[in-house]
Amino acid sequence: MTNEKILETLASIIADKIDTDAAEIKPETTFEELGIDSLDITDIAMSVEDAFGIEVEVSGELKSVGDLVNLVASLTA
Amino acid sequence: MYVPPHTVTNDDLSALVETNDEWIRRRVGIAERHIAVTESTAGMAAAAARNALDNAGIAAEDLDLILCATVSADNVSPSLACMVQAALGAVCPAYDINAACSAFLFLLETAAGWFARGRAKKILVVGSERMSRIVDWSDRGTCVIFGDGAGAAVLGAGDGYLDSVITVRGGDSVIKIPCSAGKSPFWQGSCEEPYIQMNGQETFKYAVNAMCGDIQTLFNRNGLTHDDLAWIVPHQANYRIIESAAKRSGIPQEKFYLNIDRVGNTSSASVPIALDELNRSGRLQRGDKIILTAFGGGLANAACLLTW
Repeated sequence: MTNEKILETLASIIADKIDTDAAEIKPETTFEELGIDSLDITDIAMSVEDAFGIEVEVSGELKSVGDLVNLVASLTA
Repeated sequence: MYVPPHTVTNDDLSALVETNDEWIRRRVGIAERHIAVTESTAGMAAAAARNALDNAGIAAEDLDLILCATVSADNVSPSLACMVQAALGAVCPAYDINAACSAFLFLLETAAGWFARGRAKKILVVGSERMSRIVDWSDRGTCVIFGDGAGAAVLGAGDGYLDSVITVRGGDSVIKIPCSAGKSPFWQGSCEEPYIQMNGQETFKYAVNAMCGDIQTLFNRNGLTHDDLAWIVPHQANYRIIESAAKRSGIPQEKFYLNIDRVGNTSSASVPIALDELNRSGRLQRGDKIILTAFGGGLANAACLLTW
């Protein structure tokens, strides 16, 4: 799966979670900018697990949407 | 139910730890909680029990069994149930069951066994917690979450307890409340502070999955959808757990009875306090189908389907 395709799915999940426009969500967008805290990230990770059929280990290193795209890409490669 | 009259607001807490009202409301959905000043766990349990007995029109001597739950007892022994029995002047057997925040559901399951064997006609079940005794008041991650109080119900033999799910995944890596270390001069192991330890993210994930899974199991086994339910009364652990579980389950959030904003997380007292509030508010009708659902340390989670 391409990173663009992963980003599209992630943006849709995140936008649904925090009620924002998916088009506004770019790889460089940080979770802090989106007002997302650790429980939101856990919630998002659970949806990501369902969407991609993977198990995501949430860590403090996940700072931006791009970090999450890379993590999903590595787990689905 | 019984809650101590003293309330502690988020602003009050911001004087103790680095936090603020907006953060706490957004993070866990709590505005204030009741905190014991002189009330004991047993005293609150007995007060809630008396209210339940009055509401049911039952005298203490007519009880056949008392079952209690707590993670914040005044004493390891006698059990909370023994202290409640003494306070009420009851003469029936009385014992505790420890399943942390899910314990009230475990009490109901145990009571169902006594009823099924014809050993009891009236059973008192009580969850009582003085969580303020076992939280680390310097840890803003946990001290803002919990509150004190007790909830009780008088159960009668009947066919209203339709189905239940009970699950345990044993381990202490997600939620743990160590006992007091003691003062043995021979002990060479580690000593932990006797305060609640919780991995917030793992707890969130476990709780949402447990709630969604247990509710779905009850729906599947009983051929129900949320349209058939009057209410779901969840353990009031964190507003966002309930919000996420509702969304994932496709159940309207209005179906979930919530009082966490006013009482916080009262562990085993949480479900019976919420249920009593709901009942006394007149929003439960005889014949209504409801689901109670809880999760917590153990890890132990449970849900049951009732006809009110």
